[in-house]
Amino acid sequence: NKMAATATMMPFFDQRVSSKHDLVPDWTGQEVSTGTTIMAVEYDGGVVIGADSRTTTGAYIANRVTDKLTPIHDRIFCCRSGSAADTQAIADVVTYQLGFHSIELDEPPLVETAANLFKASCYRYREELTAGILVAGWDRRKGGQVYCVPIGGMLVRQPVSVGGSGSTYIYGFMDSNYKAGLTKDQCLELTATALSLAMERDGSSGGVVRLATISEEGVERRVILGNQLPKFSTH
Amino acid sequence: MGETEVEEEEEEKTSSISRKRKPSFTKMATLSVRRPPIGGFSFENCKRNVLLAGEVNKVGCSLPAARKTGTTICGVVFKDGVVLGADTRATEGMVVADKNCSKIHYISPNIYCCGAGTAADTEMTTQIISSNLELHSLSTGRLPRVATANRMLKQMLFRYQGYIGAALVLGGVDCNGPHLYSIYPHGSTDKLPYVTMGSGSLAAMAVFEDRYKPDMEEEDAKRLVRDAIAAGIFNDLGSGSNIDLCVITKSKVDYIRPHDEANKKGVRTGDYKYKRGTTAVLEKVVTPLDLELVEETVQTMDTS
Repeated sequence: NKMAATATMMPFFDQRVSSKHDLVPDWTGQEVSTGTTIMAVEYDGGVVIGADSRTTTGAYIANRVTDKLTPIHDRIFCCRSGSAADTQAIADVVTYQLGFHSIELDEPPLVETAANLFKASCYRYREELTAGILVAGWDRRKGGQVYCVPIGGMLVRQPVSVGGSGSTYIYGFMDSNYKAGLTKDQCLELTATALSLAMERDGSSGGVVRLATISEEGVERRVILGNQLPKFSTH
Repeated sequence: MGETEVEEEEEEKTSSISRKRKPSFTKMATLSVRRPPIGGFSFENCKRNVLLAGEVNKVGCSLPAARKTGTTICGVVFKDGVVLGADTRATEGMVVADKNCSKIHYISPNIYCCGAGTAADTEMTTQIISSNLELHSLSTGRLPRVATANRMLKQMLFRYQGYIGAALVLGGVDCNGPHLYSIYPHGSTDKLPYVTMGSGSLAAMAVFEDRYKPDMEEEDAKRLVRDAIAAGIFNDLGSGSNIDLCVITKSKVDYIRPHDEANKKGVRTGDYKYKRGTTAVLEKVVTPLDLELVEETVQTMDTS
């Protein structure tokens, strides 16, 4: 279930319920991992987030149409990478906590609050969890924001962030092609292109590209199917 | 004098007890610092079990194998509901333990769940959630929803961090329509129109990917699921015997067991019993044996 470019957190004990002589093949004993490419970009007025759609157990693709862009609140989403079980559980917990907090406040919550809730869970249980999360959304105070909560539980705000096993292949592309002050459509194109490049090279990323735009007006979601992705060729 | 001695003894006792309670490891340099257990589950014994398994293997034997349903289970959403399918073989290592076990478990009148993995785990997990869901349903006064069952199952499996080896296909029809979920032992779930699980899942998924269409009719869906399970039965060693189906719609549930006896035991074509007289007797010689009685003992049985 390893996806990491960054520090690999080895779980304490390998789950080996089956042995070599078992009829049940090894990959069924592997944990489900979203070996992934995820990305989030801020623009003036909101954020654009994107992810691939592949979930793997070992070498088998358990779900080829996964939705890794999970709503946490009306205008706050998170992009999940790492262990599917860990990220789903954390997202459910944070959704509950944020919803409760928002009702108490009688106000839409801040993106920074959501990010801190993720950080709290990810840092407290850092030994047990494998979760790399991007928190992105829009609020009235600071507009569009992207917060990165990688494995280990750090929290940092960035104008653009990529994550997951496929992100290693697009750092160069991001460094050379991103600049501040892009429009919403430019951000969408950048995200789609970056994700396609990563999916082309990373075995653990693939399927379709899921995009979402979050702004004051609301959330717009779209899907780019495999055959509609931008094509590249090195030869 | 005596009193003070006793006091000193007591002090020593208490200090030795407190020394015992303090953690004996004080190094801080390791990546993972052992915290004293504060609550929640302790997985300490799992490390011990892994070590034990290693020791046992060195001697040459092996730990007892849990009975697993090396399995093919699948589900499909069609126009009016869901169809769940399962094979019926339960294995214990390389031996078939049960040729006709039931892998489609009842959760609630409108929700059923197929289970792959460790047989005991799937059985108990589904029973626990079925019981909790019934209480929940009585409390809300409503028919339970599939999403509720999914939440309960995933939260329980995540709590046990994958040590409960239950891989489930959960399907049902509620007020929001038909729903189908796949649930993995570590607690992750996927909501999809068609899912397969178990050792034969690749064979079954191949059939689904080829022939699935959205909004199928009931007969087409049943045929598709039957073919997917059959693919698992005939191409996977861990799956076999018959095909069970469960068709859930808004109005009714058809629990068809078995739907297809794909592996009927054959009838013997010949017999090794021969009639008296098949072999002719040519000669008969009787020799009485003279036996000498050496000792005779009688032991009465206690029948009180």
